[in-house]
Amino acid sequence: MRGWFLPVTVTLGFVFLYAPIISLVVFSFNDSRLVTVWGGFSTRWYGELLRDRQILSSAWVSLQVAFASATLSVVIGTLGAFVLTRFSRFTGRLLLTGMITAPLVMPEVITGLSLLLLFVSMELTLGWPAGRGLTTIIIAHTTFCAAFVAVIAQSRLRSMDESLEEAARDLGAGPVRVFFDITLPVIAPALVAGWLLAFTLSLDDLVIASFVSGPGASTLPMVIFSKIRLGVSPDVNALATIIIGFVLVAVLIAGWMMRRAMRKEM
Amino acid sequence: MSAGNALTRSAPWRGTAWMMGKLGLSGRSLVIAIPMLWLAVFFLAPFFVLGRISLAEAIIARPPYTPFFDRAPDGSLEILASFENYRFLLEDALYRNAYLSSIRIALVSTLFALLIGYPIAYYIARAPEPKRSVLLMMVILPFWTSFLLRVYAWMGFLRSNGVINNTLISLGIIDSPIQMMQTDFAVYIGIVYTYLPFMILPLYANLTKLDGALLEAASDLGASPMVTFFTVTLPLSLPGIVAGSMLVFIPAIGEYVIPALLGGPDTLMIGRVLWDEFFSSRDWPVASAVAIVMLVLVVAPIMWLQSVQNRREET
Repeated sequence: MRGWFLPVTVTLGFVFLYAPIISLVVFSFNDSRLVTVWGGFSTRWYGELLRDRQILSSAWVSLQVAFASATLSVVIGTLGAFVLTRFSRFTGRLLLTGMITAPLVMPEVITGLSLLLLFVSMELTLGWPAGRGLTTIIIAHTTFCAAFVAVIAQSRLRSMDESLEEAARDLGAGPVRVFFDITLPVIAPALVAGWLLAFTLSLDDLVIASFVSGPGASTLPMVIFSKIRLGVSPDVNALATIIIGFVLVAVLIAGWMMRRAMRKEM
Repeated sequence: MSAGNALTRSAPWRGTAWMMGKLGLSGRSLVIAIPMLWLAVFFLAPFFVLGRISLAEAIIARPPYTPFFDRAPDGSLEILASFENYRFLLEDALYRNAYLSSIRIALVSTLFALLIGYPIAYYIARAPEPKRSVLLMMVILPFWTSFLLRVYAWMGFLRSNGVINNTLISLGIIDSPIQMMQTDFAVYIGIVYTYLPFMILPLYANLTKLDGALLEAASDLGASPMVTFFTVTLPLSLPGIVAGSMLVFIPAIGEYVIPALLGGPDTLMIGRVLWDEFFSSRDWPVASAVAIVMLVLVVAPIMWLQSVQNRREET
């Protein structure tokens, strides 16, 4: 693996990763309706995007869902991870271990269908949830995002120095105080990472949301999917460019903050 | 953290703790109960509902399936359950072919992801520090943008008047566009593209741990770089290869979006069959049976493998 072979394959690999994204951005500034034929520079698709009420309202739905399910999944995922790493023996430990990791390997179509059937039967027998919409999407997303948060939180909880918690306990702090004063501040960066991951996963999900949503609650991916199913459309390119811009800015800020934190530590 | 102090010292917290003690509840059991209950209701229970409805029959009503219990004419409860849907799955070649072709497509894509991902992971693991972090970031970055939009990007690339065909025609390499969209080839590309970071990251994590002294020892003993790679590096990176391959293979099997957008009408994948059965045919019981069989065929072996691995790690 020396000489020209490795650099050439790696370069081709990165071209493969980035070329489609770059062409997506370039053609969002195309004046022509034909997405892949250049017809001069224009920002008309951005204007059209801002006038598209369906896209704007679904983006708002998606942001609400992502915010709520990321927050809820951090609570549930952290509790699950904490229980599994700190309590060595309790009834149902094996069950919880299985239930918290299984959503990671579960095909989305199965999660979506089975949750929808649960919601329908619950509505028939308990009267709740009445119909499907925001609430049911939030519940579904929380459940699968909690698994990702739990993995991140678990690895942080395992690697942290447990003597800190022991010392606090020896000095007379109760379990709640040890958790809020010692454990939580130590694992906080991992939880922020988990929240961000959950937020992204929720924003991105099409399949599960399609199953569990009802009329009137379409998420952004659902609207995009119904648009691009019929073929390429330039306003989707404009939307993609905006999303890529947001991600780039977020990553740059995160990188800058990490570098500053590292300098402080040194 | 003053919030924590206030919480443990304040009277309401003590009161709650005292009341919970009276009820035989400890804070510990409450902490266990929250994630346990949530997952039992919203992750475990759905599978029982799924299993039950897979034994029902589709009817035109709300809900569109027959009830599990019914009052017999003499007033007693009778159970209405039939394995008709499963017999239907076994007899209809469509479903068998869909399961087989999902496995084939997932396997081929995993292999290509490994072939592309391995050199990249190897190169990043060997790169000096500032360059290494930048390259790693560049691998992860596309993952943070929307999955749907990345698949969409390939639609613009692969179309008959898309970027690739237009470039090849203007360079004079081909005269008429090659059909790339709506083929299995496009589905392979879509899956490899989407899941490549999942292949690279575990491989990278494994390859950085590789002890350089072993490579030096091999070359000191006269092994060529090629021989060293195949006798030392490759066997030692096997855990990374397995982990990366699983992370690509598992989601690829049940994939719906990629075959729906990039595949042709004859690209059979089981996730797509389930989707159509539910949304187009509106046959909930058959869709449930498809899901149960998929669960048994695909997820059960994976979960079994994982539990074996967990047990091995614990001992």
